[in-house]
Amino acid sequence: MGGIRDKVAIIGMGCTKFGELWDKSQNDLITDACQEALADAGMEAKDIQAAWLGTAMGGLLGMRLARALKTNYIPVTRVENLCATATDAMRQACYAVAAGMYDRVLVCGVEKLKDSQYPLTGGLEAPDSTKVDLVLPPATSYALLANRYFPQYGISYEEGKELLAKIAVKNHHNGSLSPKAHFQKEITLEKALKAPMIAYPLGLFDCCGLSDGAAAAVVCRADLAKDFRDDYVLVKGLQVVSGAYERPLQNDGDFVHFEENVVASNAAYKEAGITDPRKEVDLANVHDCFTITEMVIYEDLGFSPRGQAKEDINAGTFELGGDLPVNTDGGLKCFGHPFGASGLRMMYEIYHQLQDKAGPRQVKDAKIGLTHNLAGTPRESSVCGISILGRRD
Amino acid sequence: MVGITSFGAYVPLWRLKRDSISRGGKGEKSVASFDEDSLTMAVSASINALAEIDRDTVDGLFFASTTFPYKERQGAGIVAAASDLRKDVLSVDVANALKGGTSAVKMAADMVKGGTFRNIAVVASDCRLGHPGSTFEQGLGDGAGAMVIGDTDVAVEIVDSLSVYNEIIDLWRADGDKFVRSWEDRFAQSKGYVSTVKDTALALMKKQGLEPKDFSKVVLYAPDLRRVIEVATKLGFDPQKQVQDPLVMEMGNTGTAYPLMLLIAALEDAEPGDKILWASYGDGCDAMILNVTEQIERLKNHNAIGGLLASKRYLEDYSTYLEWKGLLDRTGGVRPPIEEVSMPALWRDWDEVVRFYGSKCKACGTIQYPPQRACTKCRTLDQFEKIRLSDQKGKLFTFSIDFMTDPLDKELVVSVVDFDCGGRAVLVMADKDTKKIKLGMPLEMSFRKLFYNENEGIHNYFWRCMPSRIS
Repeated sequence: MGGIRDKVAIIGMGCTKFGELWDKSQNDLITDACQEALADAGMEAKDIQAAWLGTAMGGLLGMRLARALKTNYIPVTRVENLCATATDAMRQACYAVAAGMYDRVLVCGVEKLKDSQYPLTGGLEAPDSTKVDLVLPPATSYALLANRYFPQYGISYEEGKELLAKIAVKNHHNGSLSPKAHFQKEITLEKALKAPMIAYPLGLFDCCGLSDGAAAAVVCRADLAKDFRDDYVLVKGLQVVSGAYERPLQNDGDFVHFEENVVASNAAYKEAGITDPRKEVDLANVHDCFTITEMVIYEDLGFSPRGQAKEDINAGTFELGGDLPVNTDGGLKCFGHPFGASGLRMMYEIYHQLQDKAGPRQVKDAKIGLTHNLAGTPRESSVCGISILGRRD
Repeated sequence: MVGITSFGAYVPLWRLKRDSISRGGKGEKSVASFDEDSLTMAVSASINALAEIDRDTVDGLFFASTTFPYKERQGAGIVAAASDLRKDVLSVDVANALKGGTSAVKMAADMVKGGTFRNIAVVASDCRLGHPGSTFEQGLGDGAGAMVIGDTDVAVEIVDSLSVYNEIIDLWRADGDKFVRSWEDRFAQSKGYVSTVKDTALALMKKQGLEPKDFSKVVLYAPDLRRVIEVATKLGFDPQKQVQDPLVMEMGNTGTAYPLMLLIAALEDAEPGDKILWASYGDGCDAMILNVTEQIERLKNHNAIGGLLASKRYLEDYSTYLEWKGLLDRTGGVRPPIEEVSMPALWRDWDEVVRFYGSKCKACGTIQYPPQRACTKCRTLDQFEKIRLSDQKGKLFTFSIDFMTDPLDKELVVSVVDFDCGGRAVLVMADKDTKKIKLGMPLEMSFRKLFYNENEGIHNYFWRCMPSRIS
């Protein structure tokens, strides 16, 4: 199996504000994100040779992007891989460039969730369903992790709640420094702990919000990147892994880790030439759909030893000034999670961090950044998408 | 000899104190959960009755009720499938009469006697509604009773029977009526229940040349406590010693299921040689004379109804009862779009959804639910045998409690259940006490109604797990 390390570069990125964007349509979001990315790359829509549009719930047809931007008779493909949609769209675009088919391509991820009162019902299942599986909010499924993780590692309910609250407080702090975040307010530990219960033991501040948003990237062959800008960012690795329902089917599915995360991150580390992620990854933006998810991700991605995320949380390892800052822009916690956009929104942050343009959130000497998406739920099966991006040498 | 070879009852976990309906009400009534109806309760009773029977020897299933979920779509067929009976059994719904349960027993007995049927499972189940404020609301309980009628290892011989239909309209529900109606009580009771049951029972005793003293017990359908004593006394029985307690205080009148449930209660402490007079009521009367045999000892550990009556929880208040019965909507009018259930999908997945079959890989032995084409462990393709999971027990591996999703299941518990036989399923937990949920707790399977799709008129049934009620 090959790899695309250093073969593809990101030369422009765009991202809308995330939030309840009542005045923006899906078409507006695509336009705004892509035009920012194109302008950042010094290009126009007509310069793009192929495009990928990632959206999970946003309707069929990649042509939505062509219609919005008025591209010039180029292939446009719609990509769907639930919460990992944007990462997978990016993967397909990068592979096409690495294969030598195109020089310059556009990737956009978009989701307009707030136009529906019931954005999570419908659309997820094939029409052949008996509907015996309840449509449940993701919080209900992710709580299955917490109720297993705490007892497994001897963590009391109160201690567990506090560890999760610390993750929420950290991400809200980072979000307060992110002008494009949906939620930009700091919260206190007490506020997180006293929040109403959503799905036991997850409270309101353990859950990310639902938002509208879009993000986009212009990608080109690495050897052409310097023609566009000096501070381009190199793609070091891009991997997507799907589970096959092992967790709900097999008695040894442990509900304290995601094998999908482990396999995808190991593949990405190998592709990027990383042997000690804890030391070599300078910052990461991971899929904190729920605080317990972020806690488990620390271990799955090799940042913390198994069962010891607790020590790192208490030591502040993942805070902005820590050894390995995680979710420097506030994460899903503060941006919300427009499924099709989140992966590219994470890359948008890493891209700026690697260009030293992250302002008050800037991580010193950031050279390698990682993004992580996790689709599906613990109750079913997951899709993990990982990108590793690097500063140009 | 033909008679009852096995029996099982189902009393839902929930009770409503009559005092919480109106002050001064005495005792309590059994209430089906929001995810139960007459059909799901029938399945629970049927499976209890079939526990010690080789299901392949059951040639028929009769389902008696006045509260079938469908007017046109047989209930018995669904009960037979959920009970995992053969596909070639005779399935019959016995409808519209409160004496339907005993009529079904009578039919089954005569068909077994006729020689073409080995065992017939008879299930009666009801959850009738009394209008808020009515005595029916106070009196009616929910429950189910089931009996297997056969000619091998008979525990209760059916010696003789007499049936009458009656020419009175005392109690009714018209098509579309939600609540039970009746004519003025004194007329209805004296010319309906009291005289019909008394005359039928007397005629049967006379036919057999038997006196009240020949019986150890009389088991009578009871519209209320007073009338059952009145009939028993008129028949010459000692109301203190010979009359089966009609469980008015503990359960209430469970309609077609009532005579079966009361007989099951009587059989719990019956002795070989006991003679029982059994009579139902509702549009007539079926009376039977029963002889208890030595085989009753085989069913003694059954704890068929006492354990279920003792295992109970109380509804929080009267308005919760109204909500569960669909008489009060506290959703604030906000409801997500109704989900379409695909009938072709349900037809294809019938074994998985209704019979609750998992698959066991012939290559590596891994049990998996839902059934797979390729084994989750060894990836072998299409080498599976079916395994019935509905009567398997399991333990809770992990769970979550959802406070947002279901307006009726306000603390909805999603459970990852590891079956003791191997395999796992992710199921909603029924009849749970969220304060008592613990990893590793023992769980059983229970057939429940997930939702009713108003647009399509479809009841969507599936299995849930529930905490074991009787250890």
